[in-house]
Amino acid sequence: MLHRYLAEAARRSPDRDAVVEPGAGKLSYAQLDALSDRVRDRLVQLGVRPGDRVGLWIPKSIDSVATLLGVLKCGAAYVPVDPTAPAERGGYILANCEVAAIVVEERFAAPLRTALGAFAAKPGWLVLPRTGGGAGLAAALDAADESAPAPAVATHASSPGDLAYILYTSGSTGKPKGVMLSHRAAIAFVEWCAATFEPRADDRFSSHAPFHFDLSIFDLYVPQTCGAAVVLVSEERGKEPVGLAQLIADERITIWYSAPSILTMLVQYGKLATHDYAALRMIFFAGEVFPVVHLRALSQLLPRPRYLNLYGPTETNVCTHYEVVLPVPDERSEPYPIGKVCAHLHGLVVDADGRPVAQGAEGELVIRGDNLLDGYWNLPERTAEAFLETQGARWYRTGDLVVEEPDGNLRYVGRRDRMVKRRGYRVELGEIEACLYRHPDVLEAAVIAKQDPAAGVKIEAHLATREGKRLGLVAVKQFCSQHLPVYMVPDTVKSHEQLPKTSTDKIDYQRLAKPE
Amino acid sequence: MAAQSTEATIREYLLREFLEGEDPSELEDDTPLISSGILDSIATLKLVSFLEESFGITLAPHEADEEYLGSIASMAKLVREKLGSA
Repeated sequence: MLHRYLAEAARRSPDRDAVVEPGAGKLSYAQLDALSDRVRDRLVQLGVRPGDRVGLWIPKSIDSVATLLGVLKCGAAYVPVDPTAPAERGGYILANCEVAAIVVEERFAAPLRTALGAFAAKPGWLVLPRTGGGAGLAAALDAADESAPAPAVATHASSPGDLAYILYTSGSTGKPKGVMLSHRAAIAFVEWCAATFEPRADDRFSSHAPFHFDLSIFDLYVPQTCGAAVVLVSEERGKEPVGLAQLIADERITIWYSAPSILTMLVQYGKLATHDYAALRMIFFAGEVFPVVHLRALSQLLPRPRYLNLYGPTETNVCTHYEVVLPVPDERSEPYPIGKVCAHLHGLVVDADGRPVAQGAEGELVIRGDNLLDGYWNLPERTAEAFLETQGARWYRTGDLVVEEPDGNLRYVGRRDRMVKRRGYRVELGEIEACLYRHPDVLEAAVIAKQDPAAGVKIEAHLATREGKRLGLVAVKQFCSQHLPVYMVPDTVKSHEQLPKTSTDKIDYQRLAKPE
Repeated sequence: MAAQSTEATIREYLLREFLEGEDPSELEDDTPLISSGILDSIATLKLVSFLEESFGITLAPHEADEEYLGSIASMAKLVREKLGSA
């Protein structure tokens, strides 16, 4: 199962670097295997059983990598929570999927306990005094062993249908929803990557995306298929373009994977020309449209690597791919296609009634195959809505509108709902509205997204307030940032006496979206 | 024309770039900018470029964080220290 990749790499190449954390240390495959064994033993001692969930609230580090592998070895599913998001949101997630244990860094433990309320007493806790290089995790395990030894237990032989992880994404009804992915789904994706891109033992993969983001599945497990190393990029370093560019060069990264916005940031602010990236051989990007102007600039600075556009929602992981052939023509402004459906999956373009459209007509992309989610945690209705039953099979409805070009490549057109992408993150505008409605002065709230050539997407909040109280942008941003991750905080606020309504008395979003 | 204060220069920039339509009086010298979600990571990068170009200073990577850029007051202090020691 998914943790078999680690076991096999540890057997075949025990001394090769498995995980590198610049500035903090590195572990070989044998060491990573041993440390994650200790996590497994401790979690079982804390009461974790096969089929349980375990929450992780730790910055990206060797400690967090060993922890999530340890969770898999218990037969449990890991639930990584954004350590930079408000404690309230993370607390909701961990209580929602009723984790059996929580692994947390000490500085986050108190706010998390507060956010969890009464639920905090239920799970077992493993509190890491610090993170970095695996030392904090080892110290926490040592301390726990002194008070209550954790006998060595066998690694659980998971079945393909067992859950491997739950990744929470923005939910349109105001609460994040948990996408449940099985070992089967993860392995189908990892195997396709290994067969298609042929990584080598001497590759050094980047790990830029946080672990609650599905890009991390590629970063964590594809290197393990061939005994390659993954180089962890911390949350802080990942936002700092000059340091990030330096890291890519210094660590001799060969395979890079991130949202396009990170690559754009590197082009604009990273002083890329000052380093040598001779080792870099593949650049993967996914999560949102890569504006051609920035892709062109990047490929001019770094002409050697292959450029690969991967597409797919968290629910399917990657389901289409497209390789950009360089050079990017000067006159091109239209984004590149999302490409063709991965060889091990099947895709259809369907109309609103679920019937296949004519070749070249616009429709929703639906996908079937082993990559698919099991469903949303504890949301049977949302799960039912997410699938289309047709042609004797169950298809996942991506919600993405596409057109199939004459050459068979799919071109992304837009969304059929109110989800937008910001820096690769999914943002349900309804979740922002639900947050705004919690403000005591808000009577009505509507949030729209506007395409902005420079910023990508701008989020505009329209508000009607109680007794016309002024609620400015500073106040709205401050309020939202207490409840939402920073990428969901609105960019502008517009005040209204009351929001415009349609003839059926619903908020008239089309009128709000019209340019003034 | 009298030289504008460092604080006023920064405030004007923040309002223009990141707080479209906001009443200037809502942005005070000690309004938290990073913990409050007013500046995200991309905005912070733009702000650093602005500070470097407008004031002719250079920020070290570790200075692009909440301690130095967390409010107009802390930014103005950083700018003055850099200019004073130049």
